[in-house]
This record gives sequence, structure tokens and C-alpha cells, in this order.
Amino acid sequence: MKHQTIEKSVPLMAVLTLLVVLIGGIVEIVPLFYIESTIEKVEGMRPYTPLELRGRDLYIREGCYNCHSQMIRPFRDEAERYGHYSLAAESMYDHPFQWGSKRTGPDLARVGGKYSSLWHQAHMKNPRDMVPESVMPSYPWLAENELDISDIAKRMEALTMVGVPYTKEQIANAVADLKAQAIPDSDSDGLLARYGEKVSLENFDGQSDRITELDAMVAYLQMLGTLVDFSSYQAQSR
Amino acid sequence: MSEESKAIQTYDYGVVKLFSIAAIAYAVVGLLVGVILALELTFPELNGNIPYLSFGRLRPLHTSAVIFAFGGSVLFATSYYVVQRTSQARLFSDFLSKFTFWGWNLIVVSVVITYPLGLTQGKEYAEMIWPIDVFIVLVWVAYFVNFVGTLAKRKEPHIYVANWFFLSFIIVVAMLHIVNNLAIPVNFTDSYPIFSGVQDAMIQWWYAHNAVGFFLTSGFLGIMYYFVPKQAERPVYSYRLSIVHFWSLCFLYIWAGPHHLHYTALPDWASTLGATFSIMLLLPSWGGMINGIMTLSGAWHKLRTDPILRFFIISLSFYGMSTFEGPMMSIKSVNALSHYTDWTVGHVHSGALGWVAMVSFAALYHMIPRLWGTTIHSVKLINLHFWLSTIGVVIYIVAMWIAGIMQGLMWRAYDQYGNLTYSFAETVEAMHPYYLIRTIGGLVFLVGALIMVYNIWMTIANADKRATASV
Repeated sequence: MKHQTIEKSVPLMAVLTLLVVLIGGIVEIVPLFYIESTIEKVEGMRPYTPLELRGRDLYIREGCYNCHSQMIRPFRDEAERYGHYSLAAESMYDHPFQWGSKRTGPDLARVGGKYSSLWHQAHMKNPRDMVPESVMPSYPWLAENELDISDIAKRMEALTMVGVPYTKEQIANAVADLKAQAIPDSDSDGLLARYGEKVSLENFDGQSDRITELDAMVAYLQMLGTLVDFSSYQAQSR
Repeated sequence: MSEESKAIQTYDYGVVKLFSIAAIAYAVVGLLVGVILALELTFPELNGNIPYLSFGRLRPLHTSAVIFAFGGSVLFATSYYVVQRTSQARLFSDFLSKFTFWGWNLIVVSVVITYPLGLTQGKEYAEMIWPIDVFIVLVWVAYFVNFVGTLAKRKEPHIYVANWFFLSFIIVVAMLHIVNNLAIPVNFTDSYPIFSGVQDAMIQWWYAHNAVGFFLTSGFLGIMYYFVPKQAERPVYSYRLSIVHFWSLCFLYIWAGPHHLHYTALPDWASTLGATFSIMLLLPSWGGMINGIMTLSGAWHKLRTDPILRFFIISLSFYGMSTFEGPMMSIKSVNALSHYTDWTVGHVHSGALGWVAMVSFAALYHMIPRLWGTTIHSVKLINLHFWLSTIGVVIYIVAMWIAGIMQGLMWRAYDQYGNLTYSFAETVEAMHPYYLIRTIGGLVFLVGALIMVYNIWMTIANADKRATASV
């Protein structure tokens, strides 16, 4: 076929263009849904607790991904600085993924447990109080704003529709579970039964009278990278 | 009646004029937000602890303002101008033209309101919340119909090469936008994407890299194929090269996305495939650049006197440079150093400022006097703008090269005892002088754009006066 034929016909030109650009995308994307080794089999992954989920929403709202990655590469220096390289399984419930593309600040994939919640409270208020060289913005409003928990169950339902395995029980108890995690000494048996014994219960924002956005943000940061049990994880070649 | 005044009567120049003015306004806004962000990284207290001005919320505003508001308006303006002139037909529908203009601007305004409020989807370059995404699809379909409808009315049997590139840009951007933004809404502002983790990452970078490939490259190559020959008054260097350029660019570009995910949890086969195609992509990229630059053969002397042509040629040079740098950075061992650093930021800006913005400025300088049936207010000021832009970009990218490579080397440095030499905070501190230099580069580029605003303002104002005088 002469190129003249194509360049004299709008429909032909449009259809051929679409066909040509479809190939690459199909070859690279479709197998990721079918090749089983794409996401490793690991012990310990669970959906976010309601409080952590709201924290993650705030992480996205504030655009943290613009400066922080959540993806540790398999290099010696990254292992020493951040910990075990990130697994695909660790972001399997992340809608959207938050791997990031820039490290103006450090990687956060395993920041959970690295600092105390007290440190995070001071750091969010003014990062330079904790790290003088930091160029991170201050987030004083997180400690001031009451956390909006009105639609938490709806959010979990939406996530169920995209494949996060929240149970009916987890959705029904969303508000109770959220409060149980943020308010110390409350009855947390249900929360631990539904999300596992490792869920950390704390007064994350340091204010005992109310649940703020800081509670959710710190709860999220404190669980990042802590779920997978690496003592039982066997790396396979992919 | 002269050819130009006949054109003014036949064609719908109204919508082209509107988009041209919008483009110039958005260029200033986008660049200004960029300078503010550069300052915030240099002096973090500058945001005054105001949530709406914090870096994480403003950065998407900067990227969307320059890519979609400025770049998008330039593409609407030039594609509507080029498709009419090369088809010798008025735009398909005056209603659709107006709908795309006001629709696109409504999208921009919604973005300007929602991002600072923290309403975002959390996917880079696709932060728009779902109602905006849906509306974008509507405007885009209108754009497609209007563009293709005009092509269908063409008097010339062949579709001119610039229109191939515009057409591919419109089709591919629709495909990318729809797939990458599939989501389940929670309420009117929030939603969760249907993909997660590794698949979401792959789809996101398939989208984002081809937003570069088809929004910021294919569309602007359409500009090159019309405006460079026009301004040089020479035919395109090689018709055959145009054909090879077009099809190879379309086919190869779409594979390049996963080079953004080297050494991540994305399977190795996918990112290696992405890198392989990225390296092959050097050939069509440079083929296109050569086709543009060599169009000047026999007319090189015009570079001495014509600053618009100079704008075109330097933009193509930056295009050549960044399309060499890109494939190089997609090589795994280079990427291991450059990824996550400011080198990437510098690379993006050599493409975005050096290529996209400069080729846009040149096209606007060419087009606006013709739209208003007048001549440019000051050629000297175009020349000044040219130099400020060039110097601004060079300052910017050199600062980011040094910052990025230094950052990458500091992260992996070990001392004689086998310990990491630097804490992360020390690497942040080391960036400070370069962030300041980068700010200066961006500021110089912004001053150039403000000079353009003045020059275009005077051009249009004088055109009105002249029209009144002749009545």
C-alpha cells in the first residue's frame, strides 16, 4: 500500500494510528494482570485500618508523593538507609499507588516505627525543629483539624468495589474501629480481631480529647512497610 | 484583496485568537507558580504555613498549568490555525470551537480551585478529580470531531503532515486519559482508582510518559511541521523522512513508560522492555529534529535577522538534546544514579522550557500578527525574549545537572569504614545553592515571557488602532 492512500483518508489515518499505539501498551500492561509472579506471595499483608486509610487519604491530599517515594530499590545503600527493598505485594491494596518519582525528602516505604509518634507530632508542626536542614513544609493544620470520619464506611465500600478485601464486618464497624485505634484504653478487641494483633494502638496526635487529622496521618506513617513478615519471606527470581 | 485578509474572512480566527491569548496568560501563571515553588524549596518558610500554598498542593498546579493550560491552549490555537489553512476550509463547527475554548478554560479554572484545596486524585500529571476528568472527555471528543470534521472538508486531497501529528496527539491523549483515570467515586470530589500497586504504576507511567510523547511532543511536532517551513519560506526538508518520523515515533513512544520504574517492584522484563524502546526512540526523535532544522537549508542566513526562526531552531536543538538525554537516562545503570534526583527535574525542564515553551513562543510570534492582520510591535523585543529564554533554560538545567548528579552520588557514597558517608539531611543541605540558582534561571525565563506579554499586547493594541484608522 502506498503511503498516499493513507494520507488521503482521515479514517484510515486515524485507525492505523490507534492500532500502532495500542501494541506497546497491550504488551506491557496486560501480562501484569495474568503473570502470577508479578505480585509475590507474602505473609502479613492486610487492608488499611479505617484510621490508616484516612491517613493515606490525607497523604494524597497534601501531595506528599511529590517529594517522597515509597519504593526502595534493591541497592546496598538503599537497604542500609531505608531497609529491605520494596515488594509488589506491599502496595497491592494501594489505590492509587504512591511509589513516587522524586526524593526531595527520604523514601517513606518503611518509615513505620523508625521514629516515635512524638517525633512525628513535632516534625509535622515544624520539620526544622527536628531536622534543621529540612525543606519540608510545616503542617500545623493537621493537629488542629478534626478528622472527618463521616464517610469512612462509604470509602471502604468503594475500595471493595476495586478489589480491596474488606469484609462486611470491617465496613460495619468502621467508625468504632477508627476510634478504637486512636483513643487509648478504649475497647480494641474488635479492631485487633478484624485487622490483626500487630495494629498499633496509640494516641497518635498527642491530644487525648479528640481525633484529629494528625492522628490519621501519623497512624498511616507508623504502619508503612511494617506489614510483611520478612523472616518468612523467600525472594524468588522474577 | 491580499491572501492574509482573505484568510481572515474565510477562516474562524476568533477561536484561534482566544486560545492564543489564553496561552500567553497561562504561560505567565504556570511559570510564576514554578518560580514560587522553586523559592519554597530554597526557603521553606515562604509558604507562610498556608495550606493552599504548601509545596505538595502547588506542584501539581504548576505542572498542570504549564502542560494543560499553557501547552493545551497553544495546541488548540495552532491546530485550529493549521488545520484551517492547510485544508483551506473553515473549522467544522463554530459551536464546537467555542465549546472547546470555554470548556477547556472551565477545566483550567476548576484545577486552579481544586488543587490548592487538596482535592486531588494523587496520580502525577493526572491529579484532576473525577468530575473534571469526565468533563475533559467531553471537551476532547468535541475537539476530535471539530478537527476531523475540518479535515473532512479539505480542498487538498492529501492531509498535510502537521495534521497527522495533531491527529495522533488527539487520539492517543484520549486513550491515555480514559484508561489512566478509571476510578470508583466515593462522593463528588473523591474517588479511588480501579488499579492498584504495580499495575497502577505501569498504567500511570504509560500515561505520563506518553503525555510527554503525544501531548508535549507529537502535538508540538505538528507545530514544527507547519510553522518552521512557513517562517523559513522553504518546504519541509524531506517528505520521506516525515513519513518514517511519524510512524516510528507513534509506534516506539508508547513503549517507553516503564523506564520510570527501573529497579522498582515492577517486573524486570517490563522496565527492560521500556528502556530498550526508549533507546530506539532516539532515531525518530533525531530524524524529526533533522527534518525540522534542515528545512532551513538554503536559508541559513535568515537566522541572522529573524529572531522567530532563531526561536524555532534553538527549540529544536533543545528537543534534540533532551531526546538524547532521555534515552541515556533510561539505561538502567544511569537510571540507578539519576532516578529520584533533580537530574530528572532538569531533564524535564530542558524539554518543557527549551523545546515546548520555545517552539510555542515562536509559533505565537508567527501567528498573532497574521491573526490580527498586522505586524509585530517590536522585533528587538522578540530577540531579547529569545536570549532571556535561552539563558534562563541553560542556568536552570546546569544547576539541576549538578544538583542531581551530586545528590545521586552522595546517597550511595561510602566512607573508608564501609558506612554511608552522608545522612539524607546532609544531601538536602547540599542542594540549597543549586535550588537558588535554579530559581534565578526560572525567573529569567519568566521575565522573558513578561516581555512577550508586553510585545503581543502592543501588537494587538496597534492592530486595533490601525483598523479604526482605515475605516
